[in-house]
Amino acid sequence: MTVSSRSAAREEVLARVRSAVGDSSAVEQSYAQVPRGYRDAGGGERPWEAGAPQTVALFLERLADYGASARLVDASAAPSAIAEALAGRSASTVVVPHGFPEQWRAGLAGVRVLGDDPPVGLDALDAVDGAVTTAAIAAAATGTFVLDGGPGQGRRALTLVPDYHLCVIPADRIVRSVPQALARLDPVRPLTLVSGPSATSDIEMKRVEGVHGPRTLEVLVVAAEPPPEDHRPIDDPAES
Amino acid sequence: MNGTTFLGMPAFPRAARDALGDAQLRRNLAEATRTIRDKRAEAVGELPDWEELREAGRVLKEHTLRHLDRYLLQFEERVTAAGGTVHWARDAAEANRIVADLVRRTGRSEVVKVKSMATQETGLNTALEQAGVRAYETDLAELIVQLGQDRPSHILVPAIHRNRAEIREIFRREMGTGAVGDDPADTDALGDDPHELAEAARRHLREKFLRAEVGICGANFLVAETGTVVVAESEGNGRMCVSLPETLICLAGIEKVVPRWQDLEVFLQLLPRSATGERMNPYTSTWTGTADRDGPREFHVVLLDGGRTATLADPIGRQALNCIRCSACLNVCPVYERVGGHAYGSVYPGPIGAILGPQLRGTASAVDRSLPYASTLCGACYEVCPVKINIPEVLVHLRARVVDDSRRRPLPRLEGLAMAVARWALSSPRRLAGAQRMAAAAARLLRRDRPIRRLPGPLAGWTDARDLPVPAPESFRTWWRRTHP
Ligand code: SF4
Repeated sequence: MTVSSRSAAREEVLARVRSAVGDSSAVEQSYAQVPRGYRDAGGGERPWEAGAPQTVALFLERLADYGASARLVDASAAPSAIAEALAGRSASTVVVPHGFPEQWRAGLAGVRVLGDDPPVGLDALDAVDGAVTTAAIAAAATGTFVLDGGPGQGRRALTLVPDYHLCVIPADRIVRSVPQALARLDPVRPLTLVSGPSATSDIEMKRVEGVHGPRTLEVLVVAAEPPPEDHRPIDDPAES
Repeated sequence: MNGTTFLGMPAFPRAARDALGDAQLRRNLAEATRTIRDKRAEAVGELPDWEELREAGRVLKEHTLRHLDRYLLQFEERVTAAGGTVHWARDAAEANRIVADLVRRTGRSEVVKVKSMATQETGLNTALEQAGVRAYETDLAELIVQLGQDRPSHILVPAIHRNRAEIREIFRREMGTGAVGDDPADTDALGDDPHELAEAARRHLREKFLRAEVGICGANFLVAETGTVVVAESEGNGRMCVSLPETLICLAGIEKVVPRWQDLEVFLQLLPRSATGERMNPYTSTWTGTADRDGPREFHVVLLDGGRTATLADPIGRQALNCIRCSACLNVCPVYERVGGHAYGSVYPGPIGAILGPQLRGTASAVDRSLPYASTLCGACYEVCPVKINIPEVLVHLRARVVDDSRRRPLPRLEGLAMAVARWALSSPRRLAGAQRMAAAAARLLRRDRPIRRLPGPLAGWTDARDLPVPAPESFRTWWRRTHP
């Protein structure tokens, strides 16, 4: 593929587009007219919903719906909950990315921890018992959490190759809706939206959990400390 | 070459009749589409703002298409700035050539693939094979289709026409033969429980993922503002393909672009609920160019025209380009449910296939000329479409186009003749009565009470797609006159 034929194709496709749609001025104005009557457009205006008890409850319920085990723990109980979860899997080696919160690390005392620094090879990653990470943000309505490669989340392969993923999420990172979550993300980062364990509906349209990604997903939501006083009700719990 | 219909594909009516005779196929389809219809209805019913989301989706798509040149250029600029390379392909052959060249440059002869409609449309796997590259489909349904040397019959669930027992047979036969490089010991004992089948696929592909150097994917959305590519999937095979290889090649139609990151808040709500009836699909990966120490070091996007600009030029037909490939219209379509996807003769079956295929490829082939008729115009597809494509409207429009095309042919067509005769007969009560008497006489001559499956000679075209009731032995008019003297 030479440069000139490449740009010839480019010019031709663009010319065809232009002749098909005519003049395309006033892009901004026309974009501004997109009707956005749906809820939380642009991230919405209900910041108090982040981490609110109703939001957390909805998140846990939606995750359970997908077959992920999910529970809420107090901040002080987080390390023991992590240890318990790993013991439940009989995990002996786990990978834990750089930046995983120090206050939770006590929960890793019983296992061998790979830090991915230097990067763990794929075969070694395939052999570990699981990955323990946190998440950047979560959306309750769909039971989704998002990994953005930031602190405590690591590169994508870490939460993909091992068969078990334990994700520990501070409650205040849980927002209610998909628009609220997307508005808080940086699209330049490598993002992975996770909603339950790997699954397929390819055989007779029946959902089966567990194909190529981690077949077991466990989520611990860590309540803020002290628990929030503000139990302000959510105005319209339409999706619960 | 602008994408192809399946080789030697008969026109829709004949293929449909063959499919209707396959009881197993009809059972598999009825069962699967019912399951997914119910799930979708539930997931959609949960959102009080569904109609607002649909409207936003429709207008966003319309807006983007109207300014497509701007958004494509913006996308190209952002991808390039983020370390990726953008290529342009006028048609399927050019797209395949670009991808094959890129693979060849890596020096590899194997690639892992995420399910992608665009690569199916261009027949990329065959093109790669001819270039000496073996492409492994990694989506479970695609794997079933590939191993079964079969053709896809649904956009989202290409093996929807297979039930678990059939899938087990395919896996048993193909996974243990050595040709696909697996341990034959396990496959004999394979049962037909979906969990077991999924496990078999996991083991079958694991090695290939871990040693893959080149990944090929499509895209659900391309974000112009940021240069971000979005791939939504369920199994984790997509994450494998976009994360583990050194080189990633994405082939996407030019209509996949959306203006801004914020717009995903609309489409990521519309797509999963319409597609699998889930609130959200298990995995969605997004990436912008190449990232330090994460994912591929080399990233290419091939933007495919392949008949899209021709579609765009038709003010009514262009709405087909709004499609986000959720397949909800297939699952509600009474015609699709009965005949399945193969009868549509291309990778886009169902209502969307009936309006997209003839536009992307033109109406030169018999199958593409017959597709606009592969519908009862019941409107169920329009109702469920998350981006409000008025499929019946486009179907009628394309029917007119097919008829206009045939009018331009020099010889009078039988249909035209028949219409002229009908006009003559219907324009006078006396002539009509005469015609009805003749029909009744013909019926008595036929001495049958079963419908006529096949008319003789040049009239056969009419019965290709329908049975003809035997004319009543007596017309209503004669009966009325006889019984009401
Ligand atoms: S036409 Fe509409 S309903 Fe059909 S696949 Fe496309 S987006 Fe979905």
